[in-house]
Amino acid sequence: MTTQPLLLVSHVCKAFGGVQALKDVSITLKRGEIYGLIGPNGAGKTTLFNCLTGLYVPDSGQFVFDDKPLVCNAPDKTVRQGIARTFQNIRLFANMTALENVMVGRHARLRSNVLSDILRTPFNRREEQATKDQALQLMRYVGIAHRAHDLAKHLSYGDQRRLEVARALATHPKLLCLDEPAAGMNANETAGLRQLIETIRADGISVLLIEHDVQLVMGLCDRVAVLDYGELICEDIPAVVQQHPRVIEAYLGSGAHA
Amino acid sequence: MKMAGRFLARLRNPNGSSMHWVAWVVLGVLLATMPWIIGASFGNTWLRILNFALLYVMLALGLNIVVGFAGLLDMGYIAFYAVGAYLWALLASPQFGLHWPLWAILPLGAAVAGLFGVLLGAPTLKLRGDYLAIVTLGFGEIIRIFLNNLNAPVNITNGPQGISAIDPVHFGSVSLARPIDLGFTTLPSLVAYYYLFLVAALLIIAIALRLESSRVGRAWAAIREDEVAAKACGINTRNVKLLAFAMGATFGGVAGGLFAGFQQFVSPESFGLLESVMVLCMVVLGGMGHIPGVILGALLLTLLPEFFRHIAAPLQQSLFGKVFVDPESLRMLLFGLALVLVMRYRPSGLWPSPQRRREIDDVLNTDAPADLPVNPT
Repeated sequence: MTTQPLLLVSHVCKAFGGVQALKDVSITLKRGEIYGLIGPNGAGKTTLFNCLTGLYVPDSGQFVFDDKPLVCNAPDKTVRQGIARTFQNIRLFANMTALENVMVGRHARLRSNVLSDILRTPFNRREEQATKDQALQLMRYVGIAHRAHDLAKHLSYGDQRRLEVARALATHPKLLCLDEPAAGMNANETAGLRQLIETIRADGISVLLIEHDVQLVMGLCDRVAVLDYGELICEDIPAVVQQHPRVIEAYLGSGAHA
Repeated sequence: MKMAGRFLARLRNPNGSSMHWVAWVVLGVLLATMPWIIGASFGNTWLRILNFALLYVMLALGLNIVVGFAGLLDMGYIAFYAVGAYLWALLASPQFGLHWPLWAILPLGAAVAGLFGVLLGAPTLKLRGDYLAIVTLGFGEIIRIFLNNLNAPVNITNGPQGISAIDPVHFGSVSLARPIDLGFTTLPSLVAYYYLFLVAALLIIAIALRLESSRVGRAWAAIREDEVAAKACGINTRNVKLLAFAMGATFGGVAGGLFAGFQQFVSPESFGLLESVMVLCMVVLGGMGHIPGVILGALLLTLLPEFFRHIAAPLQQSLFGKVFVDPESLRMLLFGLALVLVMRYRPSGLWPSPQRRREIDDVLNTDAPADLPVNPT
């Protein structure tokens, strides 16, 4: 393992019409880190996520991941390079079983093609079985294995969040990007989520976390970046970020004192 | 329907003791003796209809890949049927003096239809729903109009007159157009075609079933459910969508080739918009994405209208003493009524996919934390 950062975001800009959603944002994510991304609503957090995962093309700037530049506008290639994500509004395959959802996540790592799918070659059978086993193991990992054969839409809210994490982990990522995973969760579920994220990090996967739950972010993250109106206003360890005057201003308005 | 469902469950269940095998044998015997029974009791007209029903099963299963599996609304599917039929007609008829054998034309027909599938898919990658329906509808019409007009300046398709005297399906010197002497009995031409179509339909059913539960089948379902999430799961949505169009078109191409060999005549008017709509109805009415449902839809929508056509005139004659409504228009009337009723009372189709709970392995019942699976790649 090199000491090079896992992800280098340099000078990324993105505008939608007249709205500058991202202004020259540069951040660095080290290997094995849990990195928090916070900011008021509309600060550009999710836009940065979408640029990073290839759903948007940034107007300028670049991403270097694992020492290789990221291809923009090709989400499937981004996944192959090792970045997986979840969505702010849960986006599961509602009418597929939970297990099938996780199996879809394995897609980019499988080598079967249509021909071997039709002929059911021994290789294809082995790969399908392995895919199923791995998907089940991932579901146990996130703690929802008992729901494996239920349709995704029938899972409880908290389990759907966990399922989305399992599906993202199935792509075998080096970096897991979670977009507000704790939104709408109660204190109990949030504590469980926190434990899960720590386990994932302990297993060698770095985590990039967008979250509004300040307590969760400050307790969990190694470092935190704060965005406001598309601008990076500070990037540091939680203790420093909490005292930063511009952060306090962004959250509480000017004139407030810590 | 419940009986059929129970029967099907028995076919599927490998642990269902000896009943499992009995069910398969019953089905096999039924399919094998069907043409003889129908031929003897209802005559050749119904045997022909049965053969067409098998062709429509193939078509409906092909369209089901695009509409049912991948969720892409295709209103011009019959174009691929036309491509397959005309390819056979051009390569095995006096039109160009070519007389290729079945084993050469059918795979080529499948491949060319698949290519046309990609041609249709490529410009429509970003379209969904209504917009996609309009473009595919246009594509179907373009193919038909081309076939109608490609008789000048160079005569390729013979225009609206169509191509006739097409070679029948034949294996070596054995032609399916004439009764085949098997020694102990003679196989009538229509029965021979029935067996050929049955084999082709079973093959297509097997392929469709395997595609459904495979890597690519899951990818199609994922695109149908949520395209953005599918991208985020590492699916190259462009390639996977093109593959759906190509695979679906392939089935249509095979069915088209068999149609041309069976009819020995093709003309553009067999491939109109109404045919596309009909195949789409089979898929939707039967149960989108559910293979047994789609087969049922294809069989019902081929057989029922013919049934109405045959009983409408005699029934009116005996009830009222004279024929009030022309059987042909009554047929469409009843067909429309059936569509409305099904969509009102069974919006997900006559036989939708059961949201089945598969047996849960004992392993699954423990929710003990597991380790992160090690990736083999």
